[in-house]
Amino acid sequence: MKPFRLLLPILVMLAAAPIVLQGCGDRGSREEPPTGAPMLNRALSTEPESLDPQKSRSVQAADVLRDIGEGLVTYSASGELVPGTADSWEMSEDGLTYTFRIRPDARWSNGDPVTAADFVFGLRRLVDPATAAFYAAELGNVVNAEAIVAGEMPPEDLGVTAKDERTLVISLVRPTPYLLSLLTHPSTFPVHRESAELHGDAFARAGNLISNGAYELVDWEQGAVIELRRNEHYWNDAATSIDVVRHHVVTQEMAEFNRYRAGELHITSTVPPENFEQIRADYAGELHIYPTNGVYYYGFNMTRPPFADNPELRQALSMAIDREVLVEAITGRGEAPAYSWVPPGIDNYDPVRLPYTELSQQERNAIARNLYRKAGYGKDNPLRFELRYNTSDTQQRIALAVQAMWRKVLGAEAQLVNVEFRVLLDQMREREVTQVFRSSWFGDYNDANTFLAIMQSDSAANTPGYSNPEYDELMKSAGAQLDLDRRRLYLEEAERVLLADHVVIPLYIYVSKHLVSPVVQGWQDNILNYHYSQHLSLGDAEPDGRP
Amino acid sequence: MLRYTLRRLLGAIPTLFLVVVLAFLLVHAAPGGPFDAERALPAEIEANIAAAYHLDEPLPMQFLRYVGGVVQGDFGPSYSYRDYTVSELIGRSFPISLRLGILAMLLATIVGVSLGIVAALRRNSPLDTVVMGLAMTGISIPVFVIAPVLVLLFAVKLQWLPASWMGSEGGSRLLLPVVSLALPQVAYVARLTRASLIEVLASDFIRTARAQGLGTAAIVRYHALKPAMLPVLSYMGPAVAAVLTGSVVVEEIFGIPGLGQLFVRGSLNRDYTLVLGVVIFYAALIVLLNLVVDLLYGAIDPRIRRR
Repeated sequence: MKPFRLLLPILVMLAAAPIVLQGCGDRGSREEPPTGAPMLNRALSTEPESLDPQKSRSVQAADVLRDIGEGLVTYSASGELVPGTADSWEMSEDGLTYTFRIRPDARWSNGDPVTAADFVFGLRRLVDPATAAFYAAELGNVVNAEAIVAGEMPPEDLGVTAKDERTLVISLVRPTPYLLSLLTHPSTFPVHRESAELHGDAFARAGNLISNGAYELVDWEQGAVIELRRNEHYWNDAATSIDVVRHHVVTQEMAEFNRYRAGELHITSTVPPENFEQIRADYAGELHIYPTNGVYYYGFNMTRPPFADNPELRQALSMAIDREVLVEAITGRGEAPAYSWVPPGIDNYDPVRLPYTELSQQERNAIARNLYRKAGYGKDNPLRFELRYNTSDTQQRIALAVQAMWRKVLGAEAQLVNVEFRVLLDQMREREVTQVFRSSWFGDYNDANTFLAIMQSDSAANTPGYSNPEYDELMKSAGAQLDLDRRRLYLEEAERVLLADHVVIPLYIYVSKHLVSPVVQGWQDNILNYHYSQHLSLGDAEPDGRP
Repeated sequence: MLRYTLRRLLGAIPTLFLVVVLAFLLVHAAPGGPFDAERALPAEIEANIAAAYHLDEPLPMQFLRYVGGVVQGDFGPSYSYRDYTVSELIGRSFPISLRLGILAMLLATIVGVSLGIVAALRRNSPLDTVVMGLAMTGISIPVFVIAPVLVLLFAVKLQWLPASWMGSEGGSRLLLPVVSLALPQVAYVARLTRASLIEVLASDFIRTARAQGLGTAAIVRYHALKPAMLPVLSYMGPAVAAVLTGSVVVEEIFGIPGLGQLFVRGSLNRDYTLVLGVVIFYAALIVLLNLVVDLLYGAIDPRIRRR
């Protein structure tokens, strides 16, 4: 009767398990950084699709690319435009020609000089249909760019020329006051021609990629981490403090928070919505909340009943939403209520606000009820429609709250429909089944144009299907202005028209939310939410012993 | 045996082809495309992208192009990792999932079988109740609850183990994921072993062995354990496949660059080639694992070999 004798071999095997585990430690291609070298661990909320400057698209890819590459112009730690690989530039009097001088000490990560021809190569690659670049249209104002994207002209005809090794000339078809801001975007980064021609489409892979920024790509382990190492040839390398940067891919907010608490991350990409108040209290000095240039909105389908040709009804729905309650009780992570389409804080712009902004919610509700009745709806004949949003907790909570507000104030019955994100995008574009839909827009560059241009009737991103000749005319006039103040007046007038038409219901302005370890120095909140690793450094742990 | 194996392998080809056809139709039937985003693209650019990935061709044409590639072992370029091919991505992530899965199954088998034996021999004792109670709890608590709790305890509070794959370079980073994956399996294996052993111990040949004066330990070791393992073994085939495919949640929580999270990201991004590649790979794996289980069956139970 000794059943435990049977267990002995099993126990021995169990004891051997740690040895098996130990032997299985991954010895990937990543080489260990020298001990003691400053290493920054920061998080990306989703994985970049590519580190090819022209082919990549996501915010996360751009975050990594801003570490490894550099445009003619770049941003300071506080988000100001500053010279990048170009040390100076001038604009012609008509605003149509920009001449950039490349820094004499600008170098690629292999030591080659960065030349004007490298920028020409990169920009041509951006508009070349064969590249199939997402951001190809951003260069629309450059001479011949539109025709090249459409396949009607060869890329060599792009209005970008290298006058000599260090002089780059960009010719435009109309003034583009936001050109400098565009030229900070990774899609306009130069490309090392030799390696691109040698490796073809694979030139942006770890081991192949030669870059001109403060860091170079060492390894990309899909699903886990992108590792960068200081680029010793970078012109401003002396100012770089951190030797190794790891961008960790962390999709789960709670897992990210735990990794931060375990000391494995210095910077998080967000904070979990659960227990936000607790986090705010416990991590007061480490939590950074700051407005961004992104707006969360509900859009109307302007091409179908009941919302087509019914501005009063749209206004009634817009006014009946109590945005203050929404941001305090529902989203509750420091978001600001939105009363404009262009978020506050954009350069050279003063957002127009919805006409009813100054009224109290009671006054708004009274007017909304009147408009609702005028549109032919009432107690016996309530408005019934669908509110579509992508499946997620946050979207659901907001939709439920808005649904309740519409019901309480107007008696309107919104049916909630949640679909997967890609399905929603598809439906928004088709404009067949959508009535009211949830969406958002983030500026691509620091200018009101990035918000207002999409509502022009010929814009692909115009998901409501808005079409107003007056608006299009104002946008065209704004585009022809050289004087920044006059241009601003046209843009503001355009926004006034847009808001008066109630095409969208802006709900709130997104905020960036990061936990930043006390050892990280040089962090500055900014509206663009750009935080270049080259501007950061690592100090000693705080006296309370937290990492 | 060899002929049997060959026949089974050849028989798998139509199955796999059917999987390819169904998977291809299903991913393409899902609304939304791989390159949709909140910022919709101008028509020319969309056309350029579609042309670059042959998405502008009619579906039958795309299918032929795809199958033609698969036959030559080329699963195509990934849409969501634009600089990498599907084969490269699977090649890099599968060994990680495999290692995780094997360690988890090893742990589950060793612990599960031991607990099952103990419970069967001490049937209806307090020990049995405790072990089976724990097993029931293990089955009931989903892994997305167990894993974060383990992280909170061992990584955040005690700081003994890393909270994620990237938190350490050594083997310690495997511990929490493997335990999280193994726990529900431990429970299943323990319950199966107990039930099956109890049944075997009640059969005639065991009574004969007892009558000949053999002790319980010898009976279990030499006579009862082998037949009792049959149901456990038949559970193992699907279980290994489930652990390899079902490690999605664990991989997401611990940030492990395995095949599971690749699959989920692929489907959310409508990365047609990546999803198809992983589906075909998994299907082949399941076919293979079932074959291995059937062969092992023969090894344990001579009656099956003779048939």
